[in-house]
Amino acid sequence: MPNQSKGAIVGLGVTPMGKIYGRRAIDFAAEAIALALDDAGLAKSDVDGLLINANISGDMDVRSQMVLGFENLTLVNVMSAYGSTAGSMMQYACMAIREGLVRTVVLVYADAPLSPSRGAGQSYAGPHRFPLGGMVGLKAAYGNFGANPEYAMAARRHMHLYGTTTEQFGTIAVGQRKWAQMSPWAQMKASMTLADHQNSRFIAEPLRLFDCCLVSNGAVAVIVTSAERARDLKQPPVNVLGYAQSAPGDNLRTDRHPAVETGAKRSGEMAFRMAGVTRDDIGTCQLYDCYTYTVLVTLEDYGFCAKGEGGPFVADGKLGPGGSLPTNTGGGQLSGYYMWAFTPLSEAVVQARGQGGARQAPRSDYVLVSGNGGILNYHSTMILSRHASG
Amino acid sequence: MSQAATKPLPIPDELSAPFFNGAREGRLMLQHCTGCGAWSFPVRERCPHCFAAKLEWRAASGRGTLYTFTIMHQVMNPGFASSVPYNVAQVDLEEGVRMVSNVVGIANDALRVGMKLEALFEGSGDNVHLPKFRPAAG
Repeated sequence: MPNQSKGAIVGLGVTPMGKIYGRRAIDFAAEAIALALDDAGLAKSDVDGLLINANISGDMDVRSQMVLGFENLTLVNVMSAYGSTAGSMMQYACMAIREGLVRTVVLVYADAPLSPSRGAGQSYAGPHRFPLGGMVGLKAAYGNFGANPEYAMAARRHMHLYGTTTEQFGTIAVGQRKWAQMSPWAQMKASMTLADHQNSRFIAEPLRLFDCCLVSNGAVAVIVTSAERARDLKQPPVNVLGYAQSAPGDNLRTDRHPAVETGAKRSGEMAFRMAGVTRDDIGTCQLYDCYTYTVLVTLEDYGFCAKGEGGPFVADGKLGPGGSLPTNTGGGQLSGYYMWAFTPLSEAVVQARGQGGARQAPRSDYVLVSGNGGILNYHSTMILSRHASG
Repeated sequence: MSQAATKPLPIPDELSAPFFNGAREGRLMLQHCTGCGAWSFPVRERCPHCFAAKLEWRAASGRGTLYTFTIMHQVMNPGFASSVPYNVAQVDLEEGVRMVSNVVGIANDALRVGMKLEALFEGSGDNVHLPKFRPAAG
């Protein structure tokens, strides 16, 4: 059934985000699911499927079902392709619904890695129990911890090949901060200028503090059901028209360049074809933005500009408020909240419903959502719409 | 940070021992498939190209080019507190594998993507040696 709705998002729950201490991930998950059920006008007993996004803390396992008190499920699993997982979860939820295995599926991401005694960077820096064995230990011995140096090296490669600049990265951060100031859920509200970006300290050169995403305690849940059933529920349905994954493979081979040619290209082409829409139909993008660079390279690979032209493409501020391609309108992960691909997914639901208020994009008939996991290793694309066909 | 903080050193395990033994003897040891001829990195039991369990350890040339690099400013481990800013680099080896390391013997601001590099081996008090890279001679 090409161009038709593959399933519909009928509920969205977003908890308070950020430095909220003393709560476990599962408690945030419970709150987000309760909010999503209320949003959808559904009862807990209506839920018969639960897909859990594995988190960095590792505590959202399949036994979460029991803690959350879900009974009589016919679909349950924990999934992970890191930051691309939300797109994969949406695929499997829609396929299972269409196959008749399940009717109403909760997708949830929850994490609480921040603690008062540990900075945001440390909370995501990877293993901490030294010494480490074998090649994992070798990586640490070089001072290569977590994602920051890896994305910095990807950004540097792009800068070398195409002349991309830190100021161009900065325009992405500045635009998203403006969006964040209009989102009730966003963590970062203070104004940010390009000079502020340029004056922010280096984390892993060429990436500065304001090139890097936040780390958040919190949870997001969405509820998915069939397009037919969605019509009778409380919220305007958000139809899932297209979805795809792409995992290009190893980056430790000299004949591969996943840092500058990402899986967004293939998964984007597949998702657009499935949805029956083109880039020109996309009114707003919600792109995975673990770093400013990720937004830039994803726009290139989706074909909004040619490979290598992402820097000049974003430099005029077209991604920010008033721009021609409103992107990450909730502030994204840079200024909003960091819930892996549930950050772009949650804002896409708001935009597709037309519930963005001051931050509502002028055109939002078709919303493009990306997920990105690992070091640009895993990619997912979703195309969402208030329309039931493309 | 206290002086007691030291950089974390890897503990060679059964799989990676030839790599670390080679480094101690001044050789960059990598796995080479006698089935399909491909080199691979990091360590594994089976060739990722042809799935043959025919990986043998061979000394690599140690020659490569700087694919990309970062200068780390954030202290992610107390052992590196006195080292920042330090570089982390991806080095494309002639054998076709890309490995992460540090480039030494050159100022960070003189690093250039594409520059020729050669391996050297830095020892430590624990007898663990690390392959690192420096600008190639000549």
